[in-house]
Amino acid sequence: MICKYYKHVLAGFCVALLLTFFSQSVLAAEEKEFDAGPFIIEHVTDNYGWHICGEGGKSVTIPLPVMLIDNGHFVAFMSNKFHHGEAAYKGYAMGWGEQKGSIVKLTDDYTGHLEEGVDYPVDHVCKFDISITKNVCALIISLILITWIFLSVAKQYKRRPDQAPKGLQAFVEPVIVFLQDEVINPSLGKNAPKYTPFLLTLFFFILFNNLMGLIPIFPGGANLTGNIAVTGVLALLTFFVTQFSGKKEYWKDIINTPGVPWWLKVPIPIMPFVEIIGVFTKPFVLMVRLFANITAGHIIVLGFISLIFIFGQMSPYIGYGVSIVSIFFYLFMSCLELLVAFIQAFVFTLLSAIYIGAACGEEEEELQLAE
Amino acid sequence: MELIKPSFGLIFWMLIGFGIFFFILAKYAWPVITQGIASRNKKIQDQLDEAERVHAELENMNLKHEQMLAQAKMERDDILNEARAISEKLKEDAKLKADAEAQSIIADAKQAIQMEKMKAITDLKNEIANFSINIAEKIMTEELSDKERQEKLIEKWVDETNLN
Repeated sequence: MICKYYKHVLAGFCVALLLTFFSQSVLAAEEKEFDAGPFIIEHVTDNYGWHICGEGGKSVTIPLPVMLIDNGHFVAFMSNKFHHGEAAYKGYAMGWGEQKGSIVKLTDDYTGHLEEGVDYPVDHVCKFDISITKNVCALIISLILITWIFLSVAKQYKRRPDQAPKGLQAFVEPVIVFLQDEVINPSLGKNAPKYTPFLLTLFFFILFNNLMGLIPIFPGGANLTGNIAVTGVLALLTFFVTQFSGKKEYWKDIINTPGVPWWLKVPIPIMPFVEIIGVFTKPFVLMVRLFANITAGHIIVLGFISLIFIFGQMSPYIGYGVSIVSIFFYLFMSCLELLVAFIQAFVFTLLSAIYIGAACGEEEEELQLAE
Repeated sequence: MELIKPSFGLIFWMLIGFGIFFFILAKYAWPVITQGIASRNKKIQDQLDEAERVHAELENMNLKHEQMLAQAKMERDDILNEARAISEKLKEDAKLKADAEAQSIIADAKQAIQMEKMKAITDLKNEIANFSINIAEKIMTEELSDKERQEKLIEKWVDETNLN
């Protein structure tokens, strides 16, 4: 009998725990005016520290190293010197207003609390900021984890050659085989072996970080694949790989697009112009799609959670009531995001494979497959 | 703005991190994994082919076996038939021979009987002739004893002789 109901009991316990947690938050939120906008933006963007829990002065944050190259000097210190943007350290402070998200250098080397209402003149924004931020930290953690996973999988292949897959290997192998059979080989044909490592790395990097982003607590929770710099770098890599693997036909098709009336090419080169723009829009769209999908999912989840605080400010009891609804919506969104995590990783890899395949001159095969 | 403004630091770390990560995986993980999968696929395919081949061979052998069996059966039947024919013939021959022998024996017996019969008849004839001569002699003696009677008889024989 206990066995039969233990799942229900466990679920009930979890919900009760979450309710308690949120009610605490609701009570805490009463102290200060809650503004959902900055709250959400703060959670989906990068930070210099890794916020675990709590609010304001009572918050628990993992300090991360700030590293700057300012005027040729290397400056490094821990992010807790900023006191969540409320303090400056040796003239360095977290930017506000237009400079929010970057580190600014004040005109004087001031160390200490930044008073409200006082105007601190800004000398310049630190451009070469290579701080280990929350996202960089998440990046390092996830890279170590994925490397470990795949090296151990590779070891299993070496240790037990030609045997049925086991454990982690059995978990990863169907995904690799699926990608090879459905994405990489149809798009790239005979060039597939050359690009398989890149595309597999791309897929698993995106998938793993998408999933890590769904875990609300450390070491997950960083919105890495929902960061435009990260998706930008990934798209940039696809862009370079595509261009460098472009054959003569690829460039010829861009300059002299086949199957288009001549007056679109001479005297005004409209088609070549459109094609050249297309070369850049393809990776740009890759970047924006992944960034927007993942960030949007996070924003919706945070929006549901913000609802609790917004209603909690009206009355704690409304807050409790809304929290039940919010949690169910949150669970629903999480399931949806789980799906999106896979879909976006798949789409990014698929489109990259198709772009590279087109550049390698495998387009005809691709068209045949489509038919 | 902060949301869509790529930060330099993250791009920097991303390039370094992803680069190292890609290098490690591309060198130590992906080739091993993809080759492992490919080699396993090949092994499975090979074994399937082998099984198919062995199966076909077995089928072939079965067929051959059956053919051989059928042939052996046929041969046996032939031999049996032949043996049966021979035995039949032998029996027939024996029967014929026996018949012929019997016939000849019978014929011999018949001949012998005939001969015996002829001999007996001849003997009988001789005996009868002797008897007749004896009787005739007796009669003659009897008849010729009387003169009158002798004359009568001679007369009669003369008559008869004249007639003939």
